[in-house]
Amino acid sequence: MSDCHGCGSGPQTATRPARATVHRVVAIVGPPNSGKSTLFNRLTGLRQKTANFPGVTVEHHVGKAHLPSHHDIDIVDLPGIYSLNPRSEDEQVSHDALHGKMPGLRRPDGVILVLDATNLSRHLTLAANILSLRLPTLVVLNMADDLHKRGGTVDAEALANELGAPVVLVSALTGEGVNAVGRFLTGGIAVPRPVELPVLQDVPACRQWARQVSREAGYTHPTPPLWTRRLDSVFLHPFWGPVVFVLVVGTVFQTVFTGARPLMEGVEALVGWVGGGLRLMLPDNWLRSLLVDGVWSGVGAVIVFLPQILMLFLFIALLEDSGYLARAAVIADKTMARVGLQGKSFIPLLSAYACAVPAIMATRTIESKRDRIATILIAPFMTCSARLPVYTLIIAAFIPEKPFIGPLLGTRAAAMLSLYVLGFIAAVATAKVLKSSVLKSEKTPFVLEMPPYRMPTLQSVGLRLMDRAAAFLKRAGTVILGVSVVLWILASIPLVNGAAPPIEHSLAGTLGRAIEPVIKPLGFNWKIGIGLITSLAAREVIVGTLGTIYGMEPDKDAVGLQKALQNDLTLGGAVALLVFFAFAMQCMSTLAVVRRETGGWKWPVLQFTYMGVLAYICAFVAFRLLS
Amino acid sequence: MQLSFKKRSVKPGFRTLADLSENEEGLVERIDLPVDFAHRLMELGFLPGHPVAAARSAPSGDPRVFRVDGTEIALRRETARHILLRRH
Repeated sequence: MSDCHGCGSGPQTATRPARATVHRVVAIVGPPNSGKSTLFNRLTGLRQKTANFPGVTVEHHVGKAHLPSHHDIDIVDLPGIYSLNPRSEDEQVSHDALHGKMPGLRRPDGVILVLDATNLSRHLTLAANILSLRLPTLVVLNMADDLHKRGGTVDAEALANELGAPVVLVSALTGEGVNAVGRFLTGGIAVPRPVELPVLQDVPACRQWARQVSREAGYTHPTPPLWTRRLDSVFLHPFWGPVVFVLVVGTVFQTVFTGARPLMEGVEALVGWVGGGLRLMLPDNWLRSLLVDGVWSGVGAVIVFLPQILMLFLFIALLEDSGYLARAAVIADKTMARVGLQGKSFIPLLSAYACAVPAIMATRTIESKRDRIATILIAPFMTCSARLPVYTLIIAAFIPEKPFIGPLLGTRAAAMLSLYVLGFIAAVATAKVLKSSVLKSEKTPFVLEMPPYRMPTLQSVGLRLMDRAAAFLKRAGTVILGVSVVLWILASIPLVNGAAPPIEHSLAGTLGRAIEPVIKPLGFNWKIGIGLITSLAAREVIVGTLGTIYGMEPDKDAVGLQKALQNDLTLGGAVALLVFFAFAMQCMSTLAVVRRETGGWKWPVLQFTYMGVLAYICAFVAFRLLS
Repeated sequence: MQLSFKKRSVKPGFRTLADLSENEEGLVERIDLPVDFAHRLMELGFLPGHPVAAARSAPSGDPRVFRVDGTEIALRRETARHILLRRH
């Protein structure tokens, strides 16, 4: 097993050209939350998402190793596994990839086994499974800095001799020792004499072997993470736990709403300045109208929300990287059990606050198929960041800012918070209905490993925010730009006497007025109607659309979007619009990912219909009650 | 030491993981749960003869975090009830 080229029998070595570069595939495997993706990012220079809880990676990712020599090596990052007996979709991915059953991915020629050095005797259990695959293997003891800091020791050389595979101590987070992994990839690492591994039948035997091996390797446990215990005695305290939870949530909302204001006003001023500049620079013709009134009003109206979205993501990143998320799942388990789901469903639901697409991917860690479908179906009710611009715009236009609960929570932040709660209630109620009817199943057990608390690093959080900013701007530059252009065209035809018609007589206006009878009972006029149509692509598109529509109305040009909305909506209509956006499924990407993950059109169609009907009825009730 | 995965009523007289009070430790005797799930628990460290200590629980008392082999794992009471402890 020390021979890197001998991983197959037969004559293929003879047919291989002598000096051609050998294309190789090396898989990174290991238990959940052992730092595989962090190492993957180090080796490939890519930016796969990492966080401090088990089950962040749910699909395989491939990247080219960054090595000084010409070796052409693909590194495959895999979801965490406890053994080679998969129990959930994400574990199945790792199992299939290691056995060469993954479509489009060759069976790996080598394995990097990442184990948490602070947890060695337990993590070594997996080593027996992996080494029995008889692939060239490097054992990486990750978090070595943590082990040493907490007074633990291990003799890497002795462990290597016990396992018959090279062992290196690494800190993937700081990069310490990662060079040795590069040497393994290029074949420049000393491989100990292979050993005959015992045939291990069951888990207790594996465990006993692991225990013996770690003893031979002089492994001493690090002292328990004291800070984790201290923090848990607060966060899981019967009284202080919930108090801290409520304080954290309140602060997040207040900061996201008011803290981002100055920055947003800055961006708004910049957007306005650029728009004005464009108007002055360009000659007065149709191209200026397209660029300034169509594209820039649409895209600019959405870009304004970038600071707010980044602030929300900053909080989510801090929660994920610190390890608090796993505690939140434990606290929420009781409530989740009442609606027939389990605490593990809570992690995807929490990440749905950022975006439903990764949340639906994250349901792969849920073992029970029915629980998984139920979680997929309710995830889009959670208030994703695309709703944030819509909520902020309407709340700022219709709700005056006053202190609500002292200085902690203002009325606007409270309104925002209640919309988040509304989405959560809809999700939980839907889960209850589903789990007591079509998706009824036996109670599934809840098992969740608690990661130790870690200080979020500036690098990890910073990179994540940069990725989010890039993704947001990309959407503004593609989907929203595209919709804005199409809308501008629809709003400019048919030409009347060679000039653009008043917007209500344009094609867009005609379309909006065609659906007006349907949405009138909700308190929306035809302009909002156009926004509802375009927001089927993605929710925040409505903000861009309204920006374009009002941008093309000469008399309202100088007035902001908020003022324009106040003319067109009553308070009842505004609340109805908020409720509609809280419930309706206006996101093509989510529908696409639901179709892929559930393997057909049945569930996405059901979801779209159910959410749409619910949105319509609740918006109607809200409008009636308030007018 | 006998491993049993038969689904049957818990023998009276046996204490279970659910009976441990906070910071109390016990040795696992056996897991009375379907094989598949018992395996996962064993992979996580709930093995016959191994010590397990009860740690903090969620504010409502359920689920509870257990310390096993240097890590902490949260289980519901209904699961903990089926992990029997060795008699002293």
